[in-house]
Amino acid sequence: MNTSMETKQIDPFLSIEREKKSASHAVTFDLDELMNCMRCGFCLPSCPTYRETGKEMFSPRGRIALMKGMATGNTSLLSDEFAQNMYMCLGCRACETACPAGVHYGRLVEGARDVIEAHKRKEAAASDQPLTLTRKERIIRDIVYKKLFLYPKRIDRMGKGLWWMQALGLQTFADRTGLMHILPKPLANMQKAVPKVASPRRRKARQPLVTSKRGVSRGRVGFFTGCVMDVLFFETNEKTARVLSKVGYDVVFVKEQACCGALHAHSGESYGAIALAKQNIEAFERANVDFIVNNAGGCGASLREYAHWLQDDPNYGERAKAFVAKVRDISEFLAPIDDLPFQGTLDATVTFQDSCHLRHGQGIYRQPRALLERIPGITLVELPHADSCCGSAGIYNITNFDRSMRILDDKMIEVKATKASYIVTANPGCLVQMRQGVVRAGLQGQVEAVHIIDLLDRVL
Amino acid sequence: MDKEVLRELRAISGAAYVLDSEMERYAYSYDSTPLYRAMPDVVIQPAEVKEIAAILKVASRHRIPIVSRGSGTNLSGGTVPLEGGIVLHMSRMHQLKEIDTDNLTATFESGLITADLHREVEAVGLFYPPDPGSLRVSTMGGNVAECAGGMRGLKYGVTKDYVMGIQAVLPDGSIVSFGGKNAKDVAGYDITRLLVGSEGTLAVITEITAKLLPLPETKRTIIAFYREMVDAAKAVSAMIAARIIPASLEFLDQKTMKVVEAYTPLGLPLDMAAMLLIQQDGPASQVEQDVERILSLCKTSGAVQVDVAKDDEEGEKLMSARRNALSALARVKPTTILEDATVPRSRLAQMVTEINRIADHYGVDICTFGHAGDGNLHPTCLTDERDTEEIERVEQAFAEIFHAAIRLGGTVTGEHGVGIAKAKYLDLKIGEAGMELMKRVKAAFDPHGIMNPGKMFAKDARRRVVIQTHEHVHGN
Repeated sequence: MNTSMETKQIDPFLSIEREKKSASHAVTFDLDELMNCMRCGFCLPSCPTYRETGKEMFSPRGRIALMKGMATGNTSLLSDEFAQNMYMCLGCRACETACPAGVHYGRLVEGARDVIEAHKRKEAAASDQPLTLTRKERIIRDIVYKKLFLYPKRIDRMGKGLWWMQALGLQTFADRTGLMHILPKPLANMQKAVPKVASPRRRKARQPLVTSKRGVSRGRVGFFTGCVMDVLFFETNEKTARVLSKVGYDVVFVKEQACCGALHAHSGESYGAIALAKQNIEAFERANVDFIVNNAGGCGASLREYAHWLQDDPNYGERAKAFVAKVRDISEFLAPIDDLPFQGTLDATVTFQDSCHLRHGQGIYRQPRALLERIPGITLVELPHADSCCGSAGIYNITNFDRSMRILDDKMIEVKATKASYIVTANPGCLVQMRQGVVRAGLQGQVEAVHIIDLLDRVL
Repeated sequence: MDKEVLRELRAISGAAYVLDSEMERYAYSYDSTPLYRAMPDVVIQPAEVKEIAAILKVASRHRIPIVSRGSGTNLSGGTVPLEGGIVLHMSRMHQLKEIDTDNLTATFESGLITADLHREVEAVGLFYPPDPGSLRVSTMGGNVAECAGGMRGLKYGVTKDYVMGIQAVLPDGSIVSFGGKNAKDVAGYDITRLLVGSEGTLAVITEITAKLLPLPETKRTIIAFYREMVDAAKAVSAMIAARIIPASLEFLDQKTMKVVEAYTPLGLPLDMAAMLLIQQDGPASQVEQDVERILSLCKTSGAVQVDVAKDDEEGEKLMSARRNALSALARVKPTTILEDATVPRSRLAQMVTEINRIADHYGVDICTFGHAGDGNLHPTCLTDERDTEEIERVEQAFAEIFHAAIRLGGTVTGEHGVGIAKAKYLDLKIGEAGMELMKRVKAAFDPHGIMNPGKMFAKDARRRVVIQTHEHVHGN
């Protein structure tokens, strides 16, 4: 990327500090939202951690009851045990689909994590040796939330580093020599599932504007690339732009777009999420686009939260609403288009694993299935419990490795039973997890995990 | 709780299934009933009946209250541990032991989820009719303990009509079994029936044998709209008089229709006072015949509009108006109080009129829907528990509704159970002598009063529907 192209911007870290200072109110629970839970328990069977443990406190109803308890004065409930429980939740939001009362559980659990992190900061400030935040944890959080994901350029550099490592065969070397054992088990396992990343030269060759291949333009799409997606699945992003152009849209890779903020919001760092939201709103306003299309369920769900995150902000509130109104998932965007110019066929059996934040967070599950069924030659077999989380859940497969792998192994038994040769996903986290699942289940060569765009690009 | 007792309990069930941290106990301090909460001292998740027997022996010796609990979906405060003690969470005992296709019975542990039983028996062409609204979550043990009803009560009856045998543990730890697979069995008192609906106040139910029916071949759904509630009630009476018993015969009043329509637009005509949803099942030829007669009876009783669903899919869409009723109502206000006053079906219209009069009088928001065919109404109050002044009026309104139901020959609870919520009204229904007999039955099972104390029998005379958050501090 060319440095001269970069517009002058405020350091996101500084803007976070400003967010923190400007917040006059203490970090607290949203009691009104908590009150909407009528404790009917309809969420229980939908919850992966309740199904696994059979324990009420690990259900959405239980977690909400605990939050409500704290919000109404039972402050002694704010313990390490509570914090672990809130981070044990996968954040899959399957309970929101099951909830008759329309409780925004995802927001509540994010709020609880905000309270936990604010509490830890307070404790850390009050004492030299905070009990609840280990040095290691602090360093990791610091790197992930302050040093890395706030800066797109650094993520880009990480992608390049990964390519060099793969190009020089360091990974194989490390694998063979057992050097990989030095890595923590979750990361060592996951690196096997990481795809071959695009070369720096390939990245540099990206065209910032891909124009319609249909003569006339149906509109101008701003493409939200997503940071993990753009590092690990750069080619899928290129294909997304290509598919959109074949359908008749001009596609802009919007400069200065940032991480969507999901990682921060899910981890009690809402200040970071809000700073990133503002950055994205500005970037896409400048790009002057009709739609903001993304191909990552997790990012999309987060982008749609901007209006909620910024609802009380006098400067950004209305702009956030306008931004959200333009957000579309790629399947949601393509499915209503009647004249998709299919060129080829795909004679294969495929199955689809929902992205939780696409299905439960954005209510999009018919569209990807409808698109797949329209591919000439394809047979779509519904995966039982496709709407249930694969265990990837953001960084859950690193932070809660064992539980994540138990969920994944169960999922792969069902995948195998469909006899599909492709397991189709709609989010990078799910895709890495499914790739890992294929390896764990010994299905290499029989089943390939792909993004829905990877298939559409072959036939459009 | 005493450390020595905790050690004993851990030795019985294993430390992983004996939960006593503040967070763990807090998560078992409530059920689905609004406004009630009380902390248990410990929660145990037993794996088998022998464990429960051992736990009850310990509890008996130390006079520790026992509250057995499935998924905690009841609406009468039945599983709130009012006096602390041990909550037995039955989630680990969920095995379906047998479907006997010769005797048409199913035998299972009490923690089995109702919907799982439905799925398994339907897979072999059999049918377990009771379908409480919470069936996807609720356990069969909970259904039996509360005698759950549902939408098929009119034709098929309720839980008590299907329980043939029960295994239970008495407070002293003895394991007893009554009934079984025999279609005819008059060996002694019918303790099986007594335990159904006993709300955990007599024994812990551990295993159930249920009667099954052949799965009906087909079903059809009809929807009818009325300008007057009285006309809808006339249609109900006309069907029964014509000897037609539909599988489901449900109604929504105008207020409920408006809320449902706002939640999921189905195109309901909102100027109507009531709608009836009628579903008939059985052999195709019989169902066709019934549908024709039901249609004409709906029209002659004054229906403004009557429609028959083309197929199952459309039928389900129509029924969703009824299924979504509570969901839709729950979104209107933070607190939703759902009651189940019941009257003989001939008094349905009168009761609805009474409810509306009472709601107006106290200035509270009550929508009514429910099971028209069996007179089981669900007057549902939309309120906010933080508004104590309004809650006071809600309390008074419900008290009057229960009195009205009794005056019309009805009962204070049709299918939710007495628990805490209706304990103050039980004597209205069964009288002083009846109460005394029930207390003696209770004492015969549970001489030390450790089984779900505070339920069924009110401790003080003041009648009230709702109580303020009931914080219980026990032991420590």
